[in-house]
Amino acid sequence: MAGMTVIVRTIARLLFPFTFLFGAYIVLHGHLTPGGGFPGGVIIAASVVMLFLAYGIERAQKRVGFLHAEVLESVGGLAIVVLGLFGILLGITFLQNVFPLGTLGQLFSAGNLPLLYLGVGTKVAAGLILIFYAMLFAFRGGEE
Amino acid sequence: MQRVLALGMVLVIGALLVFTVSTNLLPFGSFPMRKIGENFENSIGQQILENAPLQTGAANVVTSVVWGYRGYDTLGEVTVLFTAVVGVVMIFRAFRRRE
Amino acid sequence: MSLELLIQNALLVFLFVLCLIAIELKDLLYSVIVLAGASITLAVIFFMLQAPDIAITQAAVGAGVMTVLFVIAISRTRRQE
Repeated sequence: MAGMTVIVRTIARLLFPFTFLFGAYIVLHGHLTPGGGFPGGVIIAASVVMLFLAYGIERAQKRVGFLHAEVLESVGGLAIVVLGLFGILLGITFLQNVFPLGTLGQLFSAGNLPLLYLGVGTKVAAGLILIFYAMLFAFRGGEE
Repeated sequence: MQRVLALGMVLVIGALLVFTVSTNLLPFGSFPMRKIGENFENSIGQQILENAPLQTGAANVVTSVVWGYRGYDTLGEVTVLFTAVVGVVMIFRAFRRRE
Repeated sequence: MSLELLIQNALLVFLFVLCLIAIELKDLLYSVIVLAGASITLAVIFFMLQAPDIAITQAAVGAGVMTVLFVIAISRTRRQE
C-alpha cells in the first residue's frame, strides 16, 4: 500500500495527536469515567492505523516495526500477571487490590485498577496493530 | 494403562463438579443473585452498587466489577485476545512462507 | 408513546434496514461501509439505553477497526460478490 494523496496525508497528520490523546484519556480515566482499557486501546490502534494508511506502509514500518508491536503486546500481558502476583506477595489472593486506595474520584486512586487498565490498553493497541500488519503482509514478500 | 488412568481421572473430576454444582450451589437466578419481590436490599447487585466505591476506591462501578470483583474473568478475556492475535499472526506467516 | 421511545424504535427500524441493505448489496466495499453505519446506529441505541461503556466500545470497534480490517481483506481478495 503506497500511501494516499496530500490532502489525506495532511488531514491524518493533523488528526492523529487528538485521536491518540482521546484514546490515552479513555485508558487513563478508566476508573473514573465510562470507558476502560479495551475501547481506549482500540482507539489508539485506530489512530496509528489511520497514519499508516495515509503515509504508506513502507514509511510507517521504519517507525513502528513488527517486532515493536510484538514486544509491546507481550509486555502488556506480562504487566497484568505481575500486578496479580503483587497481590499474592503483599496480600492474600491473586489480583488483590493491595495498593493504597486514595480518595474517591481522584486520578491517582483505586489501587492497582489504573495500572491494570494501562496494561490492557497497551496489549489491545499493540495486538490490533499486529493483526493489521499480519494481514497487510500476508500475500506479498517483504521482510518484517 | 495411562489412557485409562487419564480417562478415569477426567470422569471422577467431572462427576465431582456436577455433584458439587447440583447440590451445594444455589439455583441460578434465585434470591441473592437478583432482586426478587421484597428482598431488595440484600441482592448482590444492590450490595455491589452500595459497597463498590468504598471497597475498591473506583468511582466507576463497572470498572470495580470488571477488575475488582471479577478479576479472573477479565484475565481470561485478555488471554482470549492474546490467543486470537497469536493465531492470526501464525496463519498469515504460514501463507507468506509458502509463496 | 413518549418521544424517547419513538426515537429509539425509529433507530431500531433504521438499523434493521441498514443490515438488510448490507446483506443485499453486491459490491462488498459498499456493504462494509453500510455495516459501519449500522454499527454507529447500534452505538447510539446503546447510549440511549444508558450503557456508555458498550457504546464507546461498539463505536470504536465496529466503525473503526472492523471496517479497516474488512477493507484490507477485500483488497486482498475479490471485490464483487
